[in-house]
Amino acid sequence: MNNTQPGTMRRMDVFRFARAAATAYPLRTLLSILAMAIGVASVVLLTALGDGARRYVVAQFSSLGSHLVIVLPGRSATGGFNPANGMTTTPRDLTVDDAAALLRAPAIQRVAPLIVGTSEISANGRVREVVAVGSTASFMPIRNYELAQGKFLPDEDWRGSSPVAVIGTTIQKDIFANQAAVGKLIRLGDRRLRVIGVLKSTGQGMGMNTDELVIVPVGLAQALFDSNNLFRIMIQARGRDQIEAAKTQVTAIIKVRHGGEEDVTVITQDAVLATFDKLLGALTAAVAGIAAISLLVAGVLVMNVMLVAVTQRRAEIGLMKALGARGNTLRQIFLTEAAMLSLAGAVAGYLLGQLGAWGLRWAFPVFPAYAPAWAVVAALATALATGLVFGLLPAQRAARLDPVDALMRH
Amino acid sequence: MALISLAGIERVFHLGESSVHALARIDLQIEAGEYVAVVGPSGSGKSTLLNLLGLLDQPTSGTYHLEGRDVTTLSPDEQAAVRSRRIGFVFQSFHLVPRLTAAENIALPMMLAGMPASVRERRVQQALRNFGLDSRGHHRPDELSGGQRQRVAIARATIMQPAALLADEPTGNLDRATGDEVIHLLEGLNASGVTLIIVTHDAKLAARARRQITMEDGRVKADSVQAGADNPPQMPVQGGATDE
Ligand SMILES: Nc1ncnc2c1ncn2[C@@H]1O[C@H](COP(=O)(O)OP(=O)(O)O)[C@@H](O)[C@H]1O
Ligand SMILES: [Mg+2]
Repeated sequence: MNNTQPGTMRRMDVFRFARAAATAYPLRTLLSILAMAIGVASVVLLTALGDGARRYVVAQFSSLGSHLVIVLPGRSATGGFNPANGMTTTPRDLTVDDAAALLRAPAIQRVAPLIVGTSEISANGRVREVVAVGSTASFMPIRNYELAQGKFLPDEDWRGSSPVAVIGTTIQKDIFANQAAVGKLIRLGDRRLRVIGVLKSTGQGMGMNTDELVIVPVGLAQALFDSNNLFRIMIQARGRDQIEAAKTQVTAIIKVRHGGEEDVTVITQDAVLATFDKLLGALTAAVAGIAAISLLVAGVLVMNVMLVAVTQRRAEIGLMKALGARGNTLRQIFLTEAAMLSLAGAVAGYLLGQLGAWGLRWAFPVFPAYAPAWAVVAALATALATGLVFGLLPAQRAARLDPVDALMRH
Repeated sequence: MALISLAGIERVFHLGESSVHALARIDLQIEAGEYVAVVGPSGSGKSTLLNLLGLLDQPTSGTYHLEGRDVTTLSPDEQAAVRSRRIGFVFQSFHLVPRLTAAENIALPMMLAGMPASVRERRVQQALRNFGLDSRGHHRPDELSGGQRQRVAIARATIMQPAALLADEPTGNLDRATGDEVIHLLEGLNASGVTLIIVTHDAKLAARARRQITMEDGRVKADSVQAGADNPPQMPVQGGATDE
């Protein structure tokens, strides 16, 4: 490394000389380091935010269950214009029989019909409003719910309506305080039900907050709300590769049952996930791109700082030429100085950005604000590259300076 | 063979429409070891001549042979190598790098030439002793007196053991006594063999040189060798270092 071709300045000397020159003008040096640092830090921090949002959403969606296919009544507006839609009055309701029919589909493992309504729960001398969900035993495995105590709904005929309920933790606290809830009787609307299980707390997430739910058999909910209309049908496909097949089969089965009309919307979790993943990934990239503009600005600043340095050190450059410095040596000295400024700024910015991301994670523990590796590498590389590219012009100017002019007029 | 041989050298500066003939048809021979003073009124072309001799500037026409080699046709890098090895410059305003210590300033030509730090260190220590700067090696230029600064500059100019020392008004920024000291130092170096060319407008100073070249309007008006010039007092000073 140190043994360059004879007659040219050694690399180590170039490095030391450039470092001494940079530290001799601390304000100017700090300014360009700061500009570069802000650029890199903003890339690191903003991509940490963007990618954190993406991870958060993906994690939330994944927690909904695996291989999930969801059927909604009515044709989604985004499903494109279907001339048949124009003819029909209102879409047919989804019924428990529709849901049961789906069990025939080979790609489908589990089906859970869902009826949702509000009701009043009273027990233990307390009363409160609740969201009641009517479903079946399959609902728990499909949604990956876990129980804190007791059992989930019994695996009975869907028409059956055992007088039982599974409640969320908030309901348990509100109604039963610290007492055990399992085995207790409650009143839901005009029904008397026995609590058979308490769900584990899941907290606020995507979809329904199970902490505030009362889950009852679907037949009971139908009677309670006096309605056959399903809010959703939740389906678990037999595997990841069966999701598309399940979607096709669901659509076909419902179409036959609804007189040849496609009046439902079938959403697959994967599709939603992929859409969000792509959307937020693109957002992160866009944000990184915008932040990269600040790197460009920093590069221009480094160039200006170096141009000022060349002007300020004209006499010195002329002297070095008089002492036998080659143009290339001067180019190297000034390029090295520019590279040092950019590198120092990049490293400072990286640390600053990571510190910021850490602060975000500390303040919002559920938010995984980690800058993606590609963004960090790109930011550091861009910082160094801009520093070097924008350092070229000043270095070239130094190398080309007329020594007589530089020495005499200063 | 003359150290320096100029034939038909011209240097024309173009300023918009007009052109200035800073040097016009200069023919000049300077032998190795000579002590030459270049005198003449301001604007007569003294500095232009010195810059040309030091390869800092290129003639518009004519040829320049240095140690028998035509240096006008060399590439910029080759010219830089000649400046590095064969020429030493001393400037009126010293031209020390302000952020470097005296020792670092003296070592600068060796660093630019890619010499190893150990050799640099040895030569610098020797030079500091030779030029009476022993205790000043770690001082920056702003902590040195004018005379000390010029001594650092002369130490730097001689550290590569050049054939010729080119000094443009070396005492111009110094008081009389300090200027005399510096001149004695340069004369001592000349006595030890270095060719010394001093540009000055100080007649008394010029009179000390054995040969005086008088410039006027870019021409050599007079070129005289004083047979009876005082022999300058010998000083126990040597350029740069003794090792190689
Ligand atoms: N870079 C330059 N551009 C234009 N004219 C110059 C330049 N350098 C010197 N000259 C002109 O050349 C002439 C000689 O200048 P110079 O060699 O500096 O004289 P001296 O050193 O004897 O005072 C002057 O007329 C000066 O104006
Ligand atoms: Mg002059």
